[in-house]
Amino acid sequence: MDFNLSTEQMEMRQLVRDFARDVISPRAAEIDETDEFPRDILQQMGKLGMLGLPIPEQYGGVGADFVAYMTAIEEISYASAALGVILAVHTSVGSFPILYFGTETQKQHYLPLLASGRMIGGFALTESGAGSDAVAIRTRATREGDFYILNGNKVFITNGGEAGVYCVFAVTNPERGARGITTFLVDADTEGFRVGKKEKKMGLHGSATCELHFDDARVPVQNRLGEEGQGFSIAMRLLDGGRIGIAAQGLGIAQAALDAAYAYTRVRKQFGQELNQFQGIQFMLADMATQVEAARWLVYHAAQMRQAGVDCTREASMAKLFATDTAMHVSTDAVQLFGGYGYTRDYPVERYMRDAKITQIYEGTNQIQRMVIARHLQS
Amino acid sequence: MNILVCLKQTFDTEERIVLENGHVKEDGVRFVINPYDEYAVEEALRIKEEHDGQVTLVSVGPTRFEEAIRTALAMGADEAVLGDDPALFGDEFTISKVLAAIISQRPYDLILAGNQAVDDGSGQVSVRLAEELGIPHISMATKVEVEGNKVTVHRDAEGDTEIVTGVLPMVITAQQGLNEPRYPSLIGIRKASKKPLTHVTVQDLKLSAEDLAGRINVLETYLPKPKEAGRVLSGELTDVVRELAEALHTTEKVV
Repeated sequence: MDFNLSTEQMEMRQLVRDFARDVISPRAAEIDETDEFPRDILQQMGKLGMLGLPIPEQYGGVGADFVAYMTAIEEISYASAALGVILAVHTSVGSFPILYFGTETQKQHYLPLLASGRMIGGFALTESGAGSDAVAIRTRATREGDFYILNGNKVFITNGGEAGVYCVFAVTNPERGARGITTFLVDADTEGFRVGKKEKKMGLHGSATCELHFDDARVPVQNRLGEEGQGFSIAMRLLDGGRIGIAAQGLGIAQAALDAAYAYTRVRKQFGQELNQFQGIQFMLADMATQVEAARWLVYHAAQMRQAGVDCTREASMAKLFATDTAMHVSTDAVQLFGGYGYTRDYPVERYMRDAKITQIYEGTNQIQRMVIARHLQS
Repeated sequence: MNILVCLKQTFDTEERIVLENGHVKEDGVRFVINPYDEYAVEEALRIKEEHDGQVTLVSVGPTRFEEAIRTALAMGADEAVLGDDPALFGDEFTISKVLAAIISQRPYDLILAGNQAVDDGSGQVSVRLAEELGIPHISMATKVEVEGNKVTVHRDAEGDTEIVTGVLPMVITAQQGLNEPRYPSLIGIRKASKKPLTHVTVQDLKLSAEDLAGRINVLETYLPKPKEAGRVLSGELTDVVRELAEALHTTEKVV
């Protein structure tokens, strides 16, 4: 069983790692503190190709494979989970739907902008009454000549207010349930479209999470993505990739927390010896490291399957569940190992812990992941 | 303009040096482009972008140097030549002979290189290379301007700046502060594997056994002594001052 990265994948990971640790890490605390969207860093990431990693070269991307893209999410999240989610949403659900389901015209127009970072992508499915139960969305789209008129509200939209285009899901035929949902590419400057309240979150500061409002928003017919009624199946097609991406984000946070905890316990002395000389501390570090390692294998195994085009719904859910639970456990233990200092903002571990929490919630809660895994046990 | 960049792969400066049987252990070590050579690569790319031209990397060393070469190709260099035949390896004398033999087979206007390598720090190869090729060199550049075949180079001179001019073809070596090297781009990494990388062996070059025989023997390799804790002088001020002056003269021998 070959489980090694290719030379090219390793070189790409090294570049992203160097960039993340040299450029992002020194800014991560400031991004967390100010909660400001790190546009300048994204601009640099765009120039280096990080915002179009798995997009084919013909559309202005790098043309790297899914595994290389996952290493990028892991490495960026290691430095800043906020930038990790901006990248993951921009690519997995902001750009992939256009690549998979867009017309040639839509691809030619949007993908070069997105892949170069001149435009950020967003994804708008969730509503106040439709979270895990996505079919319950109530945003309506009615056709009027060459336009669809959209009305409704979306919540918790990552990259909200920063994205240039959003993949928006709306009901075109209420009688058809899941088959009555359609996807639209809504430009940020669309008449009748407005970005609402920006959430004040526990973590992921710097990543914008907003409400979106559609009041008779006029979307041209040529901005419909796929066919009428195809929306739900589009959303489902994105799930596996999206989940592995968030799993990679969790892995990056967990690795960062482990490294910080290990480094601290090597130098912090109590009772005349370094913390990592105490067996109780060694046991904690060993457990944390083992969980991170197990998470890494699940993440890259699922990524490898996704790359090979094999059905990986179960593996994607397992990776998402385990890697994000690991992020939570390991970051919580990291705070514990830092003691009182870990609870202050002088050290990054409290940020890791706040950032980790959301990874268990979004992109399908870990309860949903367990349902998916259980459903796939028999197959 | 044909720009050649001499490049070497060195230990990442953050790596810890471990000795095994009198040799520096290379297992599990991260290698990078010699940082001074990286300035040279960046400068070559900037000159290319301004004046148009071709950037070729030239290197002599083991096959693992390909890694450093691919990084420089991913930054934007056009092609590379690597002498990875162990028969070509040696000391500064040998390497400069080999580089000169490789380089004299191809057209060049400007040769850029790092002022020194961070591993052995001899700072000899590029200067020797210029001598071998019979062309002038300007070392330790902190700024390079090219106009036609005229070159203006700034160099640090004891807290001041010395401005030197010269005429191409010539060798210029890069000092820290010359520029801020770019990151290779991800698309650059993909393209790098498709750029030409020529391997050179001893058969390809007209070199005598004399040329290839090094002039230096390494007798011993050892790590610096671990730093000892500082000494705190205490007592009457006049005694302390006398003791300090004495120590600086006789023990530390820094005055």
